[in-house]
Amino acid sequence: MVEVRDVHYAVRGRAIFRGLTLSARKGEITAVMGPSGTGKTTLLRLMTAQIQADAGTISVFGRDVAQMGSQQVFAMRRRMGMLFQNSALLSDLDVFENVAFPLREHTDLTEPLIRNLVLAKLNAVGLRGAADLMPAELSGGMARRVALARAVVMDPEVLIYDEPFVGLDPIALGMILRLIQQLNQALGITSIVVSHDVAELATIAHQSYLMAEGRVVAAGTPAELARSDSPIVSQFMSGKPDGPVPFDYPAPDIVTQLLDGEGA
Amino acid sequence: MNGVLRLTLLTDALARLGRMALFLFNLLLQCLRALGRPGLVVAQIYNAGGRSLVIIMLSGLFTGMVLALLGFNLLQRFGSQEALGFAAALALIKELGPVLTALLFAGRAGTALTSEIGLMNATDQLTAMKMMAVDPLRYVAAPRFLGGVIAMPLLTAIFDIVGLFGAHTIGVRMMGVDNGSFWSQMQAAVGLHDVTEGITKSLVFGFVCSLIAVYEGYHAEPTAEGVGLATTRTVVASSVLTLLLDYMLTAAFL
Repeated sequence: MVEVRDVHYAVRGRAIFRGLTLSARKGEITAVMGPSGTGKTTLLRLMTAQIQADAGTISVFGRDVAQMGSQQVFAMRRRMGMLFQNSALLSDLDVFENVAFPLREHTDLTEPLIRNLVLAKLNAVGLRGAADLMPAELSGGMARRVALARAVVMDPEVLIYDEPFVGLDPIALGMILRLIQQLNQALGITSIVVSHDVAELATIAHQSYLMAEGRVVAAGTPAELARSDSPIVSQFMSGKPDGPVPFDYPAPDIVTQLLDGEGA
Repeated sequence: MNGVLRLTLLTDALARLGRMALFLFNLLLQCLRALGRPGLVVAQIYNAGGRSLVIIMLSGLFTGMVLALLGFNLLQRFGSQEALGFAAALALIKELGPVLTALLFAGRAGTALTSEIGLMNATDQLTAMKMMAVDPLRYVAAPRFLGGVIAMPLLTAIFDIVGLFGAHTIGVRMMGVDNGSFWSQMQAAVGLHDVTEGITKSLVFGFVCSLIAVYEGYHAEPTAEGVGLATTRTVVASSVLTLLLDYMLTAAFL
């Protein structure tokens, strides 16, 4: 469904990806994990053609996104849904209108039909009663559930989740986790979940990729990753503060730096 | 080194101008489509115009009152205080109305537009729209731009009318200028040419101020500091350009 092959991407000379290769199979939940700053969100932006790779190919629905014109990119995005880390609800529309937004923009459905569809999606995320609230009145977990309802209102074939568990309390986190799984099982939506919450992802993902230093360093089922004896995989999966991914940002020797400061 | 710096500043300015021209081209294309959604445009006319009404009316009133006070004192020296109506009307319609409305618009509606769009960008709302295959230029920028362009002449007209009311109140009711002379001199001296000049100015200022506000918001760095800087740039650029264009338009209409 989504294929990323040998992708290279740099921002202002700093390499983010150096030969990244991964794929998301149809009907499965694919987890993309990695420490902060490894370019997980950048990968999603590449997959959705918001930015272009320097080298390599990214194909979605069997077509290379680099070859698409703006109309084709928009057509591709209509078949995709995306859940943003900060929900990205439109702040001047209420919950109902936020979910109805894609329907109003892309379909000629009658008002009663839009109402039924929106209420059904809101019901699925448990927020039918919050239809009249404004985004500012929602908690973080509620906002993310509304964003999820909006992401699925057009019945996408691929659903992309950008850090869906960040900043949620355990109850809200459990709800989002269950919804991701339900959407995958009930509707067969291909899901790509980008996150660094290892324990949560392990319970729902069919396949996982671990990214570090601009490429995939490990791939397999969450159980396979947990059993890996690779130092970097084991550091990430067990949450050790220091290891191949260093605790310290590169810096000169501390004694030299402190003594230099004294002389200045 | 100074030469290099100057060259960099020049190329930066040219690049900015080029980006703005491209943005304007795309924006105008989307405006045609946005006109098909009058509800969105009307909402933005209310946002840019309706919500600026109080500040525009108050400023218009005080401007008219000051004009009458100064005008009366000046004209009285030549014994021609009856010309107050025509002097105030010309000053308001040709100059003060369009210019002050544009400056107030930049400060009130322009900053609101820039910070709103900038914050939408910072909170990923514009990206979310793109991901839903909706062009934010069409849904967000074009209606706001059109709303500003349409609101400006209307606000200017209201500024002029309230300003004349202020001038009349001070001139006729307080300073004792003859009511009949006030209106008849105005009617005799103010021609269609003057009104056209005022309307043209307000349309040009509306176009420029709205374009700057929307452009700066759309291109603001998606951070609190970035949105703040963009808002400042909107006020500064709109104000300076309004005054520069005012000179050029006044010269063109002479």
